[in-house]
Amino acid sequence: MSAATYTIEGRTGPWELVIGLEVHAQVISKAKLFSGAATAFGAEPNTQVSFVDAGFPGMLPVINRECVAQAVRTGLGLNAEINLWSRFDRKNYFYADLPQGYQISQYAHPIVGRGAVEIELADGTTRRIGITRLHLEQDAGKSLHDQHPTKTFVDLNRAGIALMEIVSEPDMRSPEEAGAFLAKLRQIMRYLGTCDGNMEEGSLRADVNVSVRRPGEGYRTRCEVKNINSIRFVMQAIEAEARRQIAVWEEGGEVEQETRLFDTARGLTRSMRSKEEAHDYRYFPDPDLPPLVLDPAWVEELRRTLPELPDQRKARYMREFGLPAYDASVLVAEKETAAYFEEVARGRDPKLAANWVMGDLFAALNRTKRTIADPPVSARDLGALLDLITDGTLSGKLAKEVFEAMVETGRPPAAIVEERGLRQVTDAGAIEAAVEKVLAAHADKVAEYKAGKEKLFGFFVGQVMKAMAGKGNPALVNAALKRKLG
Amino acid sequence: MRPTDLTIAGALEALGRRALSAEELTRAHLEAIEALNPRLNALITVTAEQALAQARESDARRTRGEARPLDGIPLAIKDLFCTAGVRTTAASRILHNFVPPYESTVTAQLRRDGAVFLGKANLDEFAMGSSNLTSAFGPVENPWSRRNDPETRLVPGGSSGGSAAAVAARMALGATGTDTGGSIRQPAAFCGIVGIKPTYGRCSRYGIVAFASSLDQAGPFARTVEDCAILLRSMSGHDPKDSTSAEVPVPDFAAACRRGVRGLRIGVPKEYRLDGMPAEIEALWRQGLEWLRAEGAEPVEISLPHTQYALPTYYIVAPAEASSNLARYDGVRYGLRVAAPDSDLRDMYERTRAAGFGQEVKRRIMIGTYVLSAGYYEAYYLKAQKVRALIARDFERAWERVDAILTPATPSAAFAMGERTDDPVTMYLNDVFTVTANLAGLPGLAVPAGLDAEGLPLGLQVIGRPFDEETVFAVGAALERAADFKALPRVRAGA
Amino acid sequence: MSLDTATVRRVAALARIRLEEAEVARLQAELNGILGWIEQLRSVDTEGVEPMAGGAPRGGPTRMPMREDVVTEGNIRELILANAPDREGDFFAVPKVVE
Repeated sequence: MSAATYTIEGRTGPWELVIGLEVHAQVISKAKLFSGAATAFGAEPNTQVSFVDAGFPGMLPVINRECVAQAVRTGLGLNAEINLWSRFDRKNYFYADLPQGYQISQYAHPIVGRGAVEIELADGTTRRIGITRLHLEQDAGKSLHDQHPTKTFVDLNRAGIALMEIVSEPDMRSPEEAGAFLAKLRQIMRYLGTCDGNMEEGSLRADVNVSVRRPGEGYRTRCEVKNINSIRFVMQAIEAEARRQIAVWEEGGEVEQETRLFDTARGLTRSMRSKEEAHDYRYFPDPDLPPLVLDPAWVEELRRTLPELPDQRKARYMREFGLPAYDASVLVAEKETAAYFEEVARGRDPKLAANWVMGDLFAALNRTKRTIADPPVSARDLGALLDLITDGTLSGKLAKEVFEAMVETGRPPAAIVEERGLRQVTDAGAIEAAVEKVLAAHADKVAEYKAGKEKLFGFFVGQVMKAMAGKGNPALVNAALKRKLG
Repeated sequence: MRPTDLTIAGALEALGRRALSAEELTRAHLEAIEALNPRLNALITVTAEQALAQARESDARRTRGEARPLDGIPLAIKDLFCTAGVRTTAASRILHNFVPPYESTVTAQLRRDGAVFLGKANLDEFAMGSSNLTSAFGPVENPWSRRNDPETRLVPGGSSGGSAAAVAARMALGATGTDTGGSIRQPAAFCGIVGIKPTYGRCSRYGIVAFASSLDQAGPFARTVEDCAILLRSMSGHDPKDSTSAEVPVPDFAAACRRGVRGLRIGVPKEYRLDGMPAEIEALWRQGLEWLRAEGAEPVEISLPHTQYALPTYYIVAPAEASSNLARYDGVRYGLRVAAPDSDLRDMYERTRAAGFGQEVKRRIMIGTYVLSAGYYEAYYLKAQKVRALIARDFERAWERVDAILTPATPSAAFAMGERTDDPVTMYLNDVFTVTANLAGLPGLAVPAGLDAEGLPLGLQVIGRPFDEETVFAVGAALERAADFKALPRVRAGA
Repeated sequence: MSLDTATVRRVAALARIRLEEAEVARLQAELNGILGWIEQLRSVDTEGVEPMAGGAPRGGPTRMPMREDVVTEGNIRELILANAPDREGDFFAVPKVVE
């Protein structure tokens, strides 16, 4: 547990935050939840639409098995109960991009029940955040409001794509925790391959429930800030909404339960245009769909074939590779980073591999603005570089030089070593000759050294290395100098 | 015999021995339609050219020796079944111009088996009604009329009123219908023909404009029990496009018509003896039991104690589902749109739906919206689902003692167009005997069994176990043989 | 339970059906007639009864069938848009929505 509770200092004293998240995650599948239309991002408008998706008369939904499997996998990844019996309900409301006039969702009986994830905070502490439920539902289409002066355009490509709505318990107490929770969810789903977590393309969106209270109090009224599409904005929106609520309470007002939007430009939340009526979704079981009944053996099969999850992988790195917790966390943060690291580390010193990945590689990614999925140096080449260090071909210093050349040219280390003649000199005769030459040229310094000015040793090393164009094996050069200087 | 007076079985036989061509048969029916439809208004859309083309293809197949089970049989299709390239209206202004680019599974299967489609039959708007008076394309007239009052125009029943009237008037050899609370059986009874609502899940609902998804079932109309059996076989079967479609084999229903009823126990539910039920209906019911007893069946009095709650249950469940199913008619993607120059989206919705839906449809959408709304869901909708479970359980218990159940099909014969229209609830009582089979998902068949004092047909209903249409056909055929119903409607082809 | 005119208007608004003033009283009477008739369900003892959600009888499907994750539909934009009351390019068009 973190030591101190996060508070915001108001005019009248400190306030705590209570935060819960509802996350909408687009399921990775080829076809939509209830139709055979494609889900690919960025298609021409209204090309990935079936008559089912467009809500044509007499069209009926038939569920996609893979979407169900993805929800179960995600549930398992969230350490949650899998409900073998669940049901789909209709959520009725009118909107231009909701073709059926209702969304098929799971209201009373979701496919996944209670679970929990552990988040890690910057100070190294961890917290458990409860998962209330996960359910499957249809996404809506897209309304474009800026294409025409008097009309809104509707594209139904997204209509009917499977979403997972993941609801957390109101367990978070700071913007940082909410950010960490969302990052953790995204990480788990990426590991599972159930959601690509791409917030820019809208495949992961969050609604945030925020309330404030005096330390020790029960819950006060909460507000929902809808449809936030980045982790940074989630954290900013929470902070802004909490401050707004504190101001309302401190001025003697009442926070009203409502839905708000986060204005990213101004960093403030604002009330959604007041509805003429309260929402009344008139949920009822969808009569087109019998219950969703899962075969326990199938769920077991999904559990057995689940990939290694970030927490497990981190533990393994610490256990098997002896990596410190921090390094392990950094390496498992992205599935692709972990995969890169493991390829570099395979059959090599894992600590050396971790240092190179987290140090030189990350720096190179930053500098070249590339990602781990498209790195300037492949894991295989970095592994080969490490081998050249281990077998003494390259010194640490030379290796860094070779690595920089690899980043620039994209060529494998052996080729660079050959081309540039960077191979380290370990031939004792050549080193001895270089040492003798240097000592002879600096007889005066040798005399000073022998008279007790021992710090001149470094000077001799430098001169020998310079004479050998930096390629002398440092250990051998040292040994030879020590011997000659007596 | 006129081609229009043939049964489907008889027509298939005549086509088979080349005594008649499909084109001749279709032409005869198109002529009947041309002559009678202006008066009866049974069809909203007539697809004469398409029908003739289909008939010629049928003749060609037969010549090649590739005849299919229904090859060349001209049918009317209730205008609730989507037919690719042919306007499908649901008898609503809101779909007045809708041309579906896809075909319902049931009609696709009928086409697969060689049937010829004459046109799209009139109905109550969105299948909501028992009179065909709610159609946006005008009422259908029942081809029957009262013996002593031939001028008073009667309703054909509903919602599949156009289908029933077309078959009774010899404008088609058979027709498709849908039945949500009695919409096949009540018009069949009113028009003196046979109609069956099969078990829920027997026919795919894919491509049928939805009214109430948990109650809607497609089924056939024809003038004999055997003809219905022949049509149902083509219409039935598992469809992966409908998640509620049952994966059960499709038997030879026509063969079951010849089984006889010896040894069958026939349930007589005492709760169906209504106060104020016309004596002639009561008498016909008793007569039906006697006929079956004479054929070796055993009448058994049973109790279906929750029967009296079936209609109120239905009038919660069906409108609730309808209010949601009809939300898609919003003027955005197809159908009618009505907007003022300054309409926003919401105003466009409200104007479109106000202009596009008729009074009965609006009433039911309002009721359905209300019973699902916050604070009322449990008192109405959930309660109705529980009573529905009790009604289904009543039948489950009855099946321990009987093999089929016999009831009157309707509480009266066809009524006049002006009658019973003021009070919706009075109109709803038409379905009192039929609605239980929808709530419990059971097959029910209406068969004409006699005439009332005014010379109007009266029907009996046979209800069967789930997926046991065969016994229903066996009992229906036995009643048909015994009743030997020969009366003809005044308005019919060749009359 | 009896509907007042405000409820009739609220329900019509929820259902997106425009009501003319003259219709409200008539609908109110009709709906109250129907609801009053439906009220009789209250007297049924449903203690411990599982609600029947779908229409399937015994022998029908008790669980939803599942489709494989295969793209089988799409690229029918012209058919999807063919019936549109208002079409702008490749989109459905509706009166502008102000967010």
